[in-house]
Amino acid sequence: MTTIAIPPGMPQYDDVPGYDVAAVRADFPILGREINGHPLVYLDSANTSHKPRQVLDVLREHYERHNANVSRSVHTLGTEATEAYEAARGRVAAFVNAPSVDEVVFTKNSTEAINIVAYAFSNASLRADADPRFRLGPGDEIVISEMEHHSNIVPWQLLAERTGATLRWFPVTEQGRLDESGLTDLVNERTKIVSLVHMSNILGTINATARITARVREVGALLLLDCSQSVPHMPIDVVDLDADFIVFTGHKMCGPTGIGVLWGRAELLAAMPPVLGGGSMIETVTMGGSTFAAPPARFEAGTPPIAEAVALGAAVDYLTGLGMRAIQWHEKQLTAYALDALGSVPGLRIFGPEVPVGRGGTISFALGDVHPHDVGQVLDSRGVQVRVGHHCARPVCTRFGVPAMTRASFYLYTTTEEIDALVAGLEQVRKVFG
Amino acid sequence: MQLDTLYQEIILDHYKHPHGRGLRDAADPADQVGEAHHVNPTCGDEVTIRVATDGDVLHDVSYDGMGCSISQASASVLHELLTGRNMAEAFEVHTAFVTLVSGRGQVAPDEDVLGDGVAFEGVARYPARVKCALLPWMAFKDAAARAGVGASPTEVKA
Repeated sequence: MTTIAIPPGMPQYDDVPGYDVAAVRADFPILGREINGHPLVYLDSANTSHKPRQVLDVLREHYERHNANVSRSVHTLGTEATEAYEAARGRVAAFVNAPSVDEVVFTKNSTEAINIVAYAFSNASLRADADPRFRLGPGDEIVISEMEHHSNIVPWQLLAERTGATLRWFPVTEQGRLDESGLTDLVNERTKIVSLVHMSNILGTINATARITARVREVGALLLLDCSQSVPHMPIDVVDLDADFIVFTGHKMCGPTGIGVLWGRAELLAAMPPVLGGGSMIETVTMGGSTFAAPPARFEAGTPPIAEAVALGAAVDYLTGLGMRAIQWHEKQLTAYALDALGSVPGLRIFGPEVPVGRGGTISFALGDVHPHDVGQVLDSRGVQVRVGHHCARPVCTRFGVPAMTRASFYLYTTTEEIDALVAGLEQVRKVFG
Repeated sequence: MQLDTLYQEIILDHYKHPHGRGLRDAADPADQVGEAHHVNPTCGDEVTIRVATDGDVLHDVSYDGMGCSISQASASVLHELLTGRNMAEAFEVHTAFVTLVSGRGQVAPDEDVLGDGVAFEGVARYPARVKCALLPWMAFKDAAARAGVGASPTEVKA
């Protein structure tokens, strides 16, 4: 056996950051629950994560102490609420290393964030004086991939229908990686936007985007990355990532539901026409017409999810406190453990990368020909919560020739014992349906 | 909850050894034939039901599908219970099955009417699985209507 020494001065394995998982679990009240007489084994964090007490406390305290509407009141509570809301924006901006806090638009979720960009294209396409980068018509092309969540497929299909543009996509390889072999043909001078998932919610694949970004720059298109599954699990730096837009959602990163984020380059957000019209997004309104506020307010019409945004700020603090590198490393260890453990289950087929490289802690699989619904039901009877179905990524199921998959997904609080419980549960599934 | 209230032996038997599976042409070319394909969009389960009838008697209920044990066993039970019945009886059984499965565990099944269908009593207690059990039965209703033998409207409280 060869030992590979890491040269002095480089980060050593011992330097890998860590944290006490048992202590972290104590922060999450729901993890103390029993399900069907068994301790809860929650392996569905890619669907939604649990919330630590630190986040729940902030949510409650906001309503108990600082509740008021934002950006419109001179009174004390209104000022406090506005300050808390804007401070949360600052935390989120810092979390993804956004060059400016004004590049963070609060939305309802990732889906809404993608739709804002898609509808900005749509609205710009109706105006001859709009920024040409956002104008679409017949002959123009939109590029997505076969591994997208429905939320990154349907808005573009609808946009293509409205504008006459053509929708194209990257295929997926048998190993569950993005097939970039047709990159130069697929992304060409007709391409206006490329919208790709950063980490697949079904295959767990983390897409290396550098080659694609280079091509996108070469042809002058825009790049949106759906980071719903990556921002919660690894350090994300929008400057390093070199995308034009990223979207993510609060509830998958220890925050509440109802709050998501669209990050966009300031210059691009400024060039985008508004999507939802209403209060807060205007500059002046007359009966004859209106002018619009600068971003991010331009894209936040109406009373926003204030308490949810504030609690998302608390979630960001919580994650930063543990350290995103530590979380990423914890999940990498779990993923390696789980791939090994699942590989030992007879008849189990993993969809997506089978090595813990270029992938996150979300593993979809089939157990013989037992239907995922039945797998999930037996596991639930033992307290193990997994997701079953098409995971809002039906084209991926079609690609691999199955109607549905079973998915186990991990987070910062997941333990190897929970993966053992999954494997033991799968043994029982085999007994019931064998 | 006890797993075997859901996965009763009868259900697993029908799943592993389905009765009358496969889409068949009508034996009597004079029969009215109707077919319906239903999908459960949340899980991707699919079933196709084909009905052949002279307007009075259900000569055949054939089916094909892909899905979980509950939906596929339910199709097998549907075939077994309804084939050869006259239409009025068939719809009576249909109503009894739908009532049982939508009953949230509060409906006592009548074995004389439902036969192996009584095994689905447990499914009624798993709200997430009610649609699986109903999938073939809803497809049957549409197939029957397409064969020209309309069903009386059924309330589904799923």
